[in-house]
Amino acid sequence: MLKRPHYIALGLVVVLTLTILNLPSQLTARMKMAVGSLFLPLFGLASYGEQLAGQASDALVPRRELAKQNDELRRANEELRLQAIKSKEIENENARLRELLHWQQQQPWKFKLAKVVLREPANWWRTLQIDLGSRDGARVNMPVLSGEGYLVGRISLVTLARSQVVLLGDPNCKVAARVENENHDTGVVGAAGPLDSEFVEMSYLSRNAILKPGQNVRTWGEGGIFPAQILIGRVVDSRPVEYGLSTVARVKLAANLNALEEVWVKFQ
Amino acid sequence: MKARINWIDTALVLFAALLAVFWEAAFGGVRHVLGAQVDLLPALMVYASLSAGFGTVSLLAILGGLWFDSLSANPLGVSILPLFVIGFAIYANRELILQDQTFAQLVLGFGASLAAPVMTLLVLLTTAHEPLFGWGTLWQLLVMSLGGAMATPVLFALFGLFNRALGHRHIAESSFRPDREIRRGKS
Repeated sequence: MLKRPHYIALGLVVVLTLTILNLPSQLTARMKMAVGSLFLPLFGLASYGEQLAGQASDALVPRRELAKQNDELRRANEELRLQAIKSKEIENENARLRELLHWQQQQPWKFKLAKVVLREPANWWRTLQIDLGSRDGARVNMPVLSGEGYLVGRISLVTLARSQVVLLGDPNCKVAARVENENHDTGVVGAAGPLDSEFVEMSYLSRNAILKPGQNVRTWGEGGIFPAQILIGRVVDSRPVEYGLSTVARVKLAANLNALEEVWVKFQ
Repeated sequence: MKARINWIDTALVLFAALLAVFWEAAFGGVRHVLGAQVDLLPALMVYASLSAGFGTVSLLAILGGLWFDSLSANPLGVSILPLFVIGFAIYANRELILQDQTFAQLVLGFGASLAAPVMTLLVLLTTAHEPLFGWGTLWQLLVMSLGGAMATPVLFALFGLFNRALGHRHIAESSFRPDREIRRGKS
């Protein structure tokens, strides 16, 4: 049987919820950081558990297998070193040509590797958290790429030791994109369906857009957040919308967002 | 002594909520397989509202909601009210519910796990947020409800185990009392 104090508690919880929901966004971000810090011991425990599992698996791998892997890695390292020398030569040549044509020199990109520590617990957002925070130099809106260099999303919230990354397909991550075709059709990559984590929709394409399955979709560079030419995915199909005034394309993402373990954060 | 037992029960429920939220964010196996993550907080709320005091129900709604939102892209505080409404509704009718019956636990777990995301989505949509929403949401709600329904009896069993381990054991009193035994026979 409910008594008066129970109804008072109900009223208080309603007031508390409304108050928290109406706080300024900066304050709620700080509050999120403070509340989230309660999970730090669990992060520590989880990483310690991973270390223990890693050590256990290391102990189980035979020496012969390790020697074989070491040999393969050494060979791969030599090949990559050779490729790096060739790339440096091309880079120097590119710089000389730019100088001759009086083009602006391109700044080399700087990346930091980050580990994915948490995923979105709610089903109606697409975010994850990485172990780079403001103490590592992470800032809001820095682009985030997969290990293979495909676009993944951007940083949306930064705390001291962690950052929240809003992924492609989330309604809060919109990217100006360009299709690699004759017309260089441009549009906006936005949200997808709740279950389609592999696909996103590219909207605001011209009604005359020449879209074919398999065409690459890359960042356009407009908007000031994402640099140009990062691969987003490939066109799967397209359909006219708004009585044929524009076209929407379905794009299969190049990055597998479900399997992200480590990501690159672009710092410059 | 009863206050101390209540305190332990509250602490256990809150610790379970903390672990549940961390599990939901750290391990995405269910989401990879079924396309939706199961939320354990409504199932915990069913246990708390049937077995614990009103203070525990309120604390679970406030702290559980805040913890969940702190690891999510949800606006902070959006999960508090749905959890509290569920807890309040079950607590108000708990004398009418056969809480020891597994079927009752399953049904309550299903209803709570369905109502919590629906209410949260309603709050989000009415506060001008743009969550991922479509036909696929129906499948996600089904997975969440079934997952929550299955988790509820498990939580009841686990907490029963903890309470038996940490609480006082009930001593069964026999109706037989030797001091009142009527001895028959010749003396």
